[in-house]
Amino acid sequence: MAILLANFDLSFLIASVVKIVFLTFLVILPMVAYSVYAERRFSAVIQDRVGPNRTGIPLTLFGFKKDIQILGIGGLLQPMADGLKFILKEDFTPRSVNTFYYWLAPCLTMVPALMTCVVLPFGSELRLSDLNGLIGFLGLPGFSETPIQSVIADLSVGPLYTFAIASLGVYGIVLAGWASNSKYPFLGSVRASAQMISYELSLGLSIIPVLMVFGELNLTKMSIYQDANGWLLLPLWGEGLSLSRWVLWVPMMISFCVFVVAMFAETNRLPFDLAECETELVAGYHTEYSSMKFALFFLGEYAAMIIGSGLAVTLFLGGWSIPFSPYLGLDFEAGATPLWLGLLHIATFFVKIVVFILFFILIRWSLPRFRFDQLMKLGWLYMFELALANVLLTAILMIFFPLK
Amino acid sequence: MPPLLFYLFAALSLGFGLMVVLSRNPVTSALSLAMSFVGLAALFISLDAYFIGTIQILVYAGAVMVLFLFIIMLLDIKEEAEKRSSLGAIVGAILVASVLSVQIATVCSSLSHSKQSVADSALKLQEAGAEMTASGKSLATITKDLAAGELPDTKLMGLTLFSQYAFHLQVIGLLLLVGTVGVVVLSKREKEVAP
Repeated sequence: MAILLANFDLSFLIASVVKIVFLTFLVILPMVAYSVYAERRFSAVIQDRVGPNRTGIPLTLFGFKKDIQILGIGGLLQPMADGLKFILKEDFTPRSVNTFYYWLAPCLTMVPALMTCVVLPFGSELRLSDLNGLIGFLGLPGFSETPIQSVIADLSVGPLYTFAIASLGVYGIVLAGWASNSKYPFLGSVRASAQMISYELSLGLSIIPVLMVFGELNLTKMSIYQDANGWLLLPLWGEGLSLSRWVLWVPMMISFCVFVVAMFAETNRLPFDLAECETELVAGYHTEYSSMKFALFFLGEYAAMIIGSGLAVTLFLGGWSIPFSPYLGLDFEAGATPLWLGLLHIATFFVKIVVFILFFILIRWSLPRFRFDQLMKLGWLYMFELALANVLLTAILMIFFPLK
Repeated sequence: MPPLLFYLFAALSLGFGLMVVLSRNPVTSALSLAMSFVGLAALFISLDAYFIGTIQILVYAGAVMVLFLFIIMLLDIKEEAEKRSSLGAIVGAILVASVLSVQIATVCSSLSHSKQSVADSALKLQEAGAEMTASGKSLATITKDLAAGELPDTKLMGLTLFSQYAFHLQVIGLLLLVGTVGVVVLSKREKEVAP
């Protein structure tokens, strides 16, 4: 046994587990819950309604006059009420379904969506030894001087890993449609998988110019580079002020647009939510699902959206870096970043993600849906070609305007 | 890599590989093959070939198998599931499989790497990169990564592919193009000839 367990680094394992629990259960899942709430409130604002604004701490149950609204914003406890409703609802399994795959499908949508987050650098690094003065009186040895990286797995294939795991999410949708043994879900799943496979191409191709500019596949290094030399879409400091970066800004912008459109299609969001378009297919591939199993599909979609936003932010908008950080003196320095700055970087990253999600919601409630043939045409005839031409354009521009 | 993980992923890969053959339901077979690919990808990654492992999942598990599954779902599953295989087919399959495994075992045992323990079986990419740097064929980014103690496996692979095997790459690209054009020609509807 000892030889089997050789090479395991215990402190590394503990740090990884803490990071996984923090990112998945303490950040992404609550964020999923609250982005559903944000979606409902934001859509209400767009449509001049009020939206869910009543759910608070239910004191009326105990005979008080009013419920307490947290922070004065109505409905902040709505996600908990929703969650409770999902758990308490009857979990109905139709008799005609293939039970094993019917149960497996929701898990297969949720798990890949959460797994993709491991390569996202959600902050710079945390020098925990800053805390040694505070906890010194406990008589413990204290933390070591080596700072902890704020990323679960610092892989050298960052974005590729995300795409690879995200492409496994198609299985959940395909199986849901097939196992339900019903026409509408099946049509929905066929549409969804065709759409996801088609747009995966543009998604993958759109980031090739970005990788060419960075010369790097490691998301952590990309963030560090953008922190020192200006974001890809906002090259206003460091080397970002050079001519070549501004010439390359054009293909980067094209890349960004293709990436965002493809990401909308990958996450099955409006204007590309053909997989579940209510007017044609009832509810698409999850028509036959109820209670928590339906909720897993729902949460999987939002988790994919959050992580997609995270990837877009990391690639194009500087990841955790604070805008104009060198001017503000808030830039990252390997090994010498104080703890408070590390925490500020984490906060910056999530603020950017929240802004991106609000953009997602704004698009959903302001654009009409495409027809399915239009969607396929857009994917194969415009997005794919645009991404391909963009790779060539970047390569040619990089010959004449080399970086560094 | 800890040997424990090697045995875990090897078992995963082989177990699901067995499921592909043994299961009656074609959908189960297809999904088992996908899982087997995932196990294989984990083995690649444990050999420090991160890029190949990721591409294994991205291409085979994420794209090819989804298309397989797609086609299988459009078929009548019940008919397939009730098919009985004949004795001759089973005997033949076992014979071919055992001949193949004996052959693989003989070839593998004669290789120079066969005496290596699982713990240090990772590919010698670090050394390969250092060799490239020494011979002056390397790129600046690779040298920088090696100096920082990181493994530039994707970059090394790209460099080898586009310099040493550039011709082969072009031929494969052409082959794929021919395949694509063929599909378009086959699936294009023929125009009605006006009478």
